[in-house]
Amino acid sequence: MANTNSQHSGHGSSGHGGHHIIPFQIYIKVAAALIVLTFATVFFHWLHLGALAAPVAFLIAAVKAALVMLFFMGLKYDDKLNQVIFGCGFFFLLVLFGFSALDIWTRIKEISTL
Amino acid sequence: MGTTTATHSGEINYINEFKGLKSWFTSLDHKRIGLMYMISVMFFFLLGGLAALLLRLELLKPGGQFLTPDQYNQVLTYHGAIMVFMVIIPGIPAVLGNFFLPLHIGAKDVAFPRLNLASWYVFMFGALLAASTMFTSKIDTGWTFYTPYSIKTGTAVVTMVLAAFIMGMSSILTGLNFIVTVHKLRAPGMTMHRMPLFVWALYSTAILQVLATPVLGITLLLLVAERTLGVGIFDPALGGDPVLFQHFFWFYSHPAVYIMILPAMGVVSELITTFSKKTIFGYTAIAYSSLGIAGVSFFVWGHHMFVSGQSEIAGIVFSFITMLVGVPTAIKMFNWLATLYKGSISFQSPMLYAMGFMFLFAIGGVTGIMLAVLATDVHFHDTYFVVAHFHYVMVGGTLMALMGGFYYWFPKMFGKMYNESLARLTFIFIFVGFNVTFFPQFILGAMGMPRRYFDYIPAYQSLNAISTVGSWLIGTGFLLSLYVLVQGLRKGEKAPANPWGSKTLEWTVPSPPIHTNFEVDPIVKAGPYEYK
Amino acid sequence: MSTNNHASTSGHHFAHHFRDANHEFESAKQGIWLFMVTEILMFGGLFVAYTIFHNIYPEMFAEGAKQLDWRMGFFNTLVLIMSSLTMALGIYYLQVGQSKKAVRSLAITLVCGAIFMVVKYFEYTAKIHHGFLPGRFLDVHHVNPEHANLGLYFGFYFCMTGLHGIHVLLGMGLITWVMIRAMKGEFGPDYYTPVEGVGIFWHIVDLIWIFLFPLLYLVG
Repeated sequence: MANTNSQHSGHGSSGHGGHHIIPFQIYIKVAAALIVLTFATVFFHWLHLGALAAPVAFLIAAVKAALVMLFFMGLKYDDKLNQVIFGCGFFFLLVLFGFSALDIWTRIKEISTL
Repeated sequence: MGTTTATHSGEINYINEFKGLKSWFTSLDHKRIGLMYMISVMFFFLLGGLAALLLRLELLKPGGQFLTPDQYNQVLTYHGAIMVFMVIIPGIPAVLGNFFLPLHIGAKDVAFPRLNLASWYVFMFGALLAASTMFTSKIDTGWTFYTPYSIKTGTAVVTMVLAAFIMGMSSILTGLNFIVTVHKLRAPGMTMHRMPLFVWALYSTAILQVLATPVLGITLLLLVAERTLGVGIFDPALGGDPVLFQHFFWFYSHPAVYIMILPAMGVVSELITTFSKKTIFGYTAIAYSSLGIAGVSFFVWGHHMFVSGQSEIAGIVFSFITMLVGVPTAIKMFNWLATLYKGSISFQSPMLYAMGFMFLFAIGGVTGIMLAVLATDVHFHDTYFVVAHFHYVMVGGTLMALMGGFYYWFPKMFGKMYNESLARLTFIFIFVGFNVTFFPQFILGAMGMPRRYFDYIPAYQSLNAISTVGSWLIGTGFLLSLYVLVQGLRKGEKAPANPWGSKTLEWTVPSPPIHTNFEVDPIVKAGPYEYK
Repeated sequence: MSTNNHASTSGHHFAHHFRDANHEFESAKQGIWLFMVTEILMFGGLFVAYTIFHNIYPEMFAEGAKQLDWRMGFFNTLVLIMSSLTMALGIYYLQVGQSKKAVRSLAITLVCGAIFMVVKYFEYTAKIHHGFLPGRFLDVHHVNPEHANLGLYFGFYFCMTGLHGIHVLLGMGLITWVMIRAMKGEFGPDYYTPVEGVGIFWHIVDLIWIFLFPLLYLVG
């Protein structure tokens, strides 16, 4: 390539020269944690927490999801920009949920006969 | 792969370097893919335009003319679906964007050339699938596919909806490609704040394409599931909610409105500064207002649903947030005006279209604020006022800018000049015709004429007749444009590298550019609009 | 065409519009992440609808969940976690230059995906056999539901697990593709971009199941 100019503007495109290799041990530990948390999900289900059951199950799932994203998908060691990009997806999902729920909470909850 | 045999015409460029149809259909060159999109979009524009002319002809007089009510609904659906999904959404990004984004930032190509070609094939597959329903069972739902009618009607909704899903995938791939291109492929020295404003607009559009289209995807899949499996999510009999369909649909389709208009604003920024021979006023404000519009667009979709039965509280919240859209939009308007101030303005055909854009978009924008107000919207909703409003934005805005951009970049794309006086004449036809067609519709709407109907009461006759005559003027204008294009291609003089005296990178290379865009990789040392 | 690639010192080729192999890798990776965002938003739409209706009809959803066999969901969760681990290890082995082990890891991933689909198949046939069909096709006489709109729950069940299943199948196809390329020795520490991309896709499939399992099988 003709261009050997090192002053390039694309941010983060040449931040770290090689690829980050996540140690073998971390993968095994993360998988173990995921399996433990899966058992925890079922355990809490047996406790019959009533109204708390759904939030607890969701919370455990969120922790598991975070582990998968950070280590298996390597987001922890990735570009800041890629982290922001992936975060954006969840943010706009929340927007979709927020406004749809706002409408339905103030409408259907009051009129549904089912 | 074609062979390199272009020596007879002197210089080698992206058009003549490779020969044969196969070299086009397998080309990974963003410029060639842009041209392929251009031909496809023009074809679908012709179809959608014919449908529009048919509708206006039917509405010339009250009572049925030559279409049955069912046929009218079908023509209306095809006009809307074709114009939205196959013309206005891909129009500027896929044609002009594909061609000029890499040139603007000093790159050799987009980040993923193969994906770029694939997105054209995906688009064509979806578009032809959609068109195929015209020969099987014409659909009559309107382009919005509202439930519960879209679940009950016996027409080819599933095919059409899957086609829209596929075209959505193409749109996502284009957007994804553009975002990575902007992030990663800028030439040395081309900082984000030295990018042309057209690139900023395409960048904001691409973000919308990636973030909004997937929700349309799942909505359409759920509609298919509803029709085939009867899952009940949108069916009140099972406790589902048809209004939820509208929420999901407009979560995409409102940002899609900005997918249509943001690139147009980018084109206009280029035109205004070039033909005023003056540095653009408020570069940063214009650049970030594009992102601002993109951001706000995700919070306002409920203003399409004021009379859908959504809760009053939701309506009030959406009404207030919608007003915010006016802020970044006005920022752009005022910066363009300030750019014109004391500039050396030359009224060449691209500039005429840019001025036309500003005039028509101002009307479209201000009537938009009227519709954002919950109380007035209840009166105007589903009348011709709304029809006029969004045509002022989508045709008066996006198509005007597309035409302006097309006349501006034509010399660069094809290396030929066109007939300038004829080009100005096309503007006059389209601009006058547009106002004659759509301004009366504001009055008709205020008088209460409902939209989407095949018939109307005699009181609305005279304004409808004027509107129909206007549609013929617009049609003439576009046909004339086609003539200008063909004549320019065949007999036009050779275009210089920079016919307008512009400052952006694409004008530093020969017209038309070579296959790899730049002979020497550019190193950027200044902003895009340093005129004085 | 623009395939006049440049060879880097290690023998790996990158396209002409990139500066070097790392530039190409970083760009490709960003593209993959953007694509994953679209996946999140697409599945997210379903989750949003699920959350809304679950909150309106909690008892009906609980009734639906009781009809599912949580042990099958539990087993499948473990299978997918295993597959995610072996997928990640596949990339790890490529990074450290042990491509034989990498191919083996990818093969195990593929087998896990297949096991998942087989379990899914048995679940589906059982549900269909007992008349637990989506929406208005729910066999009311056979099922005798407590809640009139139990079909809505099974509408969600089949849509969510169905779309997820399609992704599992797509992922298995992609894994087969990179596995064959890995066997031909096309990947190594310098170049494994496609495997990285397929890996991220596969983890997304796992991620979605992590939420589907408690939401559909346990809480209901």
